[in-house]
Amino acid sequence: MTLRPDLRVIADHIEPGARVLDVGCGEGTLMAALRDGKGVDARGLEIDPLNVAAAVARGLSVVQGDADVDLADYPDGGFDYAILSQTLQTTRAPDRVLDELLRIGRRAFVSFPNFAHWRVRASLLWGGRMPVTRLLPERWYDTPNIHHLTVDDFRAHLDDRGVTAERAWFLARGRRTRPAAANLLAEHAVFLLRL
Amino acid sequence: MARACLASIPPTMSSDRRFGPSRTVTLSGPLRLDGGATLAPVEIAYETYGTLAADASNAVLVCHALTGDQHVASEHPRTGKPGWWTRMVGPGKPVDTSRHFVICANVLGSCMGSSGPASADPATGRPYAMRFPVITIRDMVRAQGMLLDHLGVARLAAVVGGSMGGMQALSWAATYPDRVRAAVVIASTARHTAQNIAFHEVGRQAVMADPNWRGGDYYDREPPAAGLAVARMAAHITYLSEAGLTEKFGRKLQARDAKSFGFDADFQVESYLRHQGLSFVDRFDANSYLYITRAMDYFDLAEEHGGRLADAFRGTATRFCVVSFDTDWLYPTAESRGVVHALNAAGAAASFVELSSPFGHDAFLLESPELSRVVDGFLRSVA
Repeated sequence: MTLRPDLRVIADHIEPGARVLDVGCGEGTLMAALRDGKGVDARGLEIDPLNVAAAVARGLSVVQGDADVDLADYPDGGFDYAILSQTLQTTRAPDRVLDELLRIGRRAFVSFPNFAHWRVRASLLWGGRMPVTRLLPERWYDTPNIHHLTVDDFRAHLDDRGVTAERAWFLARGRRTRPAAANLLAEHAVFLLRL
Repeated sequence: MARACLASIPPTMSSDRRFGPSRTVTLSGPLRLDGGATLAPVEIAYETYGTLAADASNAVLVCHALTGDQHVASEHPRTGKPGWWTRMVGPGKPVDTSRHFVICANVLGSCMGSSGPASADPATGRPYAMRFPVITIRDMVRAQGMLLDHLGVARLAAVVGGSMGGMQALSWAATYPDRVRAAVVIASTARHTAQNIAFHEVGRQAVMADPNWRGGDYYDREPPAAGLAVARMAAHITYLSEAGLTEKFGRKLQARDAKSFGFDADFQVESYLRHQGLSFVDRFDANSYLYITRAMDYFDLAEEHGGRLADAFRGTATRFCVVSFDTDWLYPTAESRGVVHALNAAGAAASFVELSSPFGHDAFLLESPELSRVVDGFLRSVA
């Protein structure tokens, strides 16, 4: 099974047998890969009922719910990893969602599209329009992304909250890119966090 | 141990009289009830479908709702109607009788062959009527546990139920965690709310206000049909959604062009409810209705576990699939979410989905490709 590049990074860095909560798990692609490849005990939270039905039909344990509201239902430290892939920018209160992830999981993987990628910058600078790119394909009025952020925004937020980034990976066109100029060159960022 | 012996000798299904449609067994008991009384003997009417595997690993118990019965996938002997859940149970269906050994038993307190108020009290030889002990959902589950012992099923692959059947599924998982690998809980709740109790009380009072009820001793006379019909009419409203009623009936008149300025069933919805009430009394015992609604009203799984619902599932290895419907106002999604919250807190493997349907609480009995898909996928992953 081919995983999206950011999911591949996450899947490669979770040890076999870990307990994982995938927040915004969609149809459970990552969960299924972790279960089948590494015997991971994976649970999911997903807002779209059709996606939940598809995930349950794959034999996955997925609860329909909203990351902004329903993470409060999970006990402290119940999971080795809480995963939030490509979902942070869609939440109403991303800061609180991050706090919840780090409460529920001993570590958290967070991936998001970098709004400071040079294509996005160029599009805004030269076009004067909200960027519509490969990774941000929706227009301003129909995008689910309501809290755009950049790699540097995220790093600054981690500093403010005293959250440790154990590792970070940066991706462009599906390949790893250098951390040095990540805020300009990375389309995607994946962070491994702990308190 | 009788159970171990049964499990080690594969039963020959064709010759084993324990298996098949329209079975009844008299278990000596005694069954100790939550209310303090004991019941002996315990009669259970049940059906089985499919073949029990040699290691008895493929048994699925289907639990029925308030007015349901053991005829989950076979013709009802009194009404001639097909089984009440043929959409869910049968060859190639989510509860697949070609893979699963399916058991459905009439609940304790009911009137389709299991011990209930219409059964003969061994002390007098006459119907128990209101001398039948008050029972709980957990008592129903314990009786089913005795039936499984009789059938040689130590552990269920799954227990599946909607509405009151879902309450039994939850109670099964809480009472016998080692006997349930998976539980499917559809359009259900872990406790009856004040509103749930209130609607049931309207129904019970309608029965008891019928002069034919006579304190429950009507078995050799006219039954309290009018009271039971009103109870059914009131309850039936709670099974449907406002939008569903509007779509089906609106304000349409029944076989007339104008209002009668009288109290006939002018409106189609009135005629429909009267029909629902009248057809119900032909197949159901009024006292059973009192006992089973009481059992549902007493149901509060958290209360049975020190007030914390999560403690009902502490350390469980059972996998759960919880489904609600968005227009169900009898057991709304919030109740299912409460169950899921508790399961999460207990660290249980739980799935939950709220499905969309215009049909209210009754949706679980109706055609729903999404429900079938979810239950099918879940059961394939566990059984």
